[in-house]
Amino acid sequence: METAGGSSASVLSREAFPRLLEAIRAAGYRIVGPTIRDGAIVYGEIARVEDLPIGWTDRQEAGTYRLERRDDAALFGYNVGPHSWKKYLFPARERLFSATGTADGGFTVQAEPRDEAPLAFLGMRGCELAAVAIQDRVFDGRVPDPGYHARRQACLRIAVECGQAGATCFCTSMGTGPAVRGGSADLILTELLSPERHEFLIRAGSERGAAILAGVPTRPATDEDARAAAARVESAAGAMGRRLDPAGLRDLLLGNPEHPRWQLVAERCLACTNCTLACPTCFCSSSEEVPDLSGAKVERWRRWDSCFNSAFSELHHAPVRKSTSSRYRQWMTHKLASWHDQFDSSGCVGCGRCITWCPVGIDITEEVAAIRATPGASGPARRSP
Amino acid sequence: MSSERATSGGLPVGPAGPYAPVPYRVRSRTEETADIATLVLAPVDGAVTPSSAPGQFNMLYAFGIGEAAISISGAPDGALVHTVQALGATSRALFAAPPGSCVGVRGPYGNGWPLERAVGRDVVLAAGGLGLPPLRPLLYRLLAERERFGRIEVVYGARTPKSLVFYEEIQRWRARSDLRFQVTVDAAGRDWYGDVGVVTTRLPDARFDPANTVAFVCGPEVMMRFTAKALLERGVPAEAIFLSMERNMKCAVGFCGHCQFGPEFVCRDGPVLPYARIAPYLGVREL
Ligand SMILES: Cc1cc2nc3c(=O)[nH]c(=O)nc-3n(C[C@H](O)[C@H](O)[C@H](O)COP(=O)(O)OP(=O)(O)OC[C@H]3O[C@@H](n4cnc5c(N)ncnc54)[C@H](O)[C@@H]3O)c2cc1C
Ligand code: SF4
Ligand code: SF4
Ligand code: FES
Repeated sequence: METAGGSSASVLSREAFPRLLEAIRAAGYRIVGPTIRDGAIVYGEIARVEDLPIGWTDRQEAGTYRLERRDDAALFGYNVGPHSWKKYLFPARERLFSATGTADGGFTVQAEPRDEAPLAFLGMRGCELAAVAIQDRVFDGRVPDPGYHARRQACLRIAVECGQAGATCFCTSMGTGPAVRGGSADLILTELLSPERHEFLIRAGSERGAAILAGVPTRPATDEDARAAAARVESAAGAMGRRLDPAGLRDLLLGNPEHPRWQLVAERCLACTNCTLACPTCFCSSSEEVPDLSGAKVERWRRWDSCFNSAFSELHHAPVRKSTSSRYRQWMTHKLASWHDQFDSSGCVGCGRCITWCPVGIDITEEVAAIRATPGASGPARRSP
Repeated sequence: MSSERATSGGLPVGPAGPYAPVPYRVRSRTEETADIATLVLAPVDGAVTPSSAPGQFNMLYAFGIGEAAISISGAPDGALVHTVQALGATSRALFAAPPGSCVGVRGPYGNGWPLERAVGRDVVLAAGGLGLPPLRPLLYRLLAERERFGRIEVVYGARTPKSLVFYEEIQRWRARSDLRFQVTVDAAGRDWYGDVGVVTTRLPDARFDPANTVAFVCGPEVMMRFTAKALLERGVPAEAIFLSMERNMKCAVGFCGHCQFGPEFVCRDGPVLPYARIAPYLGVREL
């Protein structure tokens, strides 16, 4: 069977799945992927196939997340959890440089060594690949961030097409999933699971992926296998828990900065920053100087920040965005509107994390619908990125 | 040893990466006011200071304390000059940096004033407080190529006579016949013989042909809003008014998100932004 990318699809048996992990490791990668920790599926070290959440699924709703047993032994039978791959490409804390004081009152600056082992991201979903592509535009564009660039170039992306959708998912609205197009990942898996079979349709999306796949025992896929995989993805697409109409969204939000809804949502919003930390595309950071005790050596660290923090917009000892409503407006308007001006794409991939992980269950799709129901003006002219 | 600095995406990058400051030594320090000082800087390693456009800024670094965005206030092709007001920990350390001490520099960043737009036209520079330092490199350039421009009108407002910067140089500018330089203060004692009132009160006196004028404005946001309004009322087209915006800045290269003003990254798309483009956002509270 031929795929869009031109590479042929194969079928990997569940029994041979560990051989795939071995081949990835043999190619020099450290594998990270979904694993259970503290009652949630997060991303961490995958040493063996048993580290995956085998036979578990997640039940999500606005403000709630719960793990449940499945009645099968699926390896990827769940959707996305609180972590995203940005924690590897754009770590929550990163040293930018060190500086050492010199005897003559000056200082010298030491660059950051780049020697991390390349990572293989196992189990990236369609929305997550789209989120990485969005952060590529932020960190790997005109001026590359050296750390992001190095990690991004080195990483191997092993995608999994979703066979089910969560109640807070809306990737179909944002055009990011659940299907994974060839070329957007190095390897693409679709889990084929029924009482009779447990296999994976596997496609290579790059040379790197093809080289790894060549060392794994597979059989050529039949049309029947391809149809079964397509059916899985289609059923996920039909089961989206949320939807968001993106038509004209940029103008709608930029044209409604004084909409009463911003005030209403602020009455519930705790400005806790959960949504921005869980969001796979949010990229804001702060940096701080960390001196050692003697003061002779200092390090400059960057850490994730959020537009919900009051110090974030501080100017002349007072925040520009004093009210929670102005911060929520910044968040949602940036994601869905000004992101288009800045990066020529939406800043939202429809993963639903901000809905699930909001302690009071604020729902971005509901907020958009409310503003759409009673819009005011249309937005200012769009500028080019 | 003298060498050019590397660049990345058109931005200069120090030997230790885009975030790492390059050590500079303070050559001289002039106290402009009780809390504002002008520093002349030269690279410790003898490398060439990257050339800059009027209106651009650098991230200045006080070792062990932190960084702040500071506009370039000297001539674009001369030594590196910055004028710093002591406000928080970083700017206090920079303000106090004695000759011979070291500060870090990375940059220049931002877009600068669109000087070409002023060719053949009258030019209005309106500065409020520390808005004058980022306009000074532009004024140097205008005066260096004087015949390319029409009338030059500068209006500079400060809180009190004691908070005026570049005092002696202003006397020399005021003595020139090819430029008009008005100074006004918000409040003054009896020893002040100049004008009293905010910047906008001096605009009706400024002589320029509104339809053929370009205005460059830098100062506190309210001052810029009122100045733009007054210029529009005199008939200057919105497309001919440029403001230098200020927002919280951490990275200066478009990564940290702090400087966003609507869709603009002030560090990368600004700090100089065309009034016509940002007018819809200027009126929105807490944007
Ligand atoms: C384009 C541009 C050009 C500028 N040009 C000049 C210039 O030429 N001269 C000049 O003097 N200034 C200039 N500034 C202002 C300058 O960058 C600084 O804002 C100013 O010097 C104060 O910095 P600071 O670190 O000393 O003070 P602070 O106000 O103490 O700190 C600055 C920032 O630190 C953070 N901060 C402060 N307190 C806290 C807290 N409690 N928790 C967390 N974070 C906190 C805030 O984000 C705050 O905005 C310019 C600014 C911009 C954007
Ligand atoms: S805004 Fe919400 S749904 Fe959209 S990408 Fe971020 S976390 Fe996912
Ligand atoms: S939504 Fe807020 S935290 Fe996220 S990228 Fe935009 S400004 Fe930054
Ligand atoms: S200062 Fe960091 S994005 Fe502009």
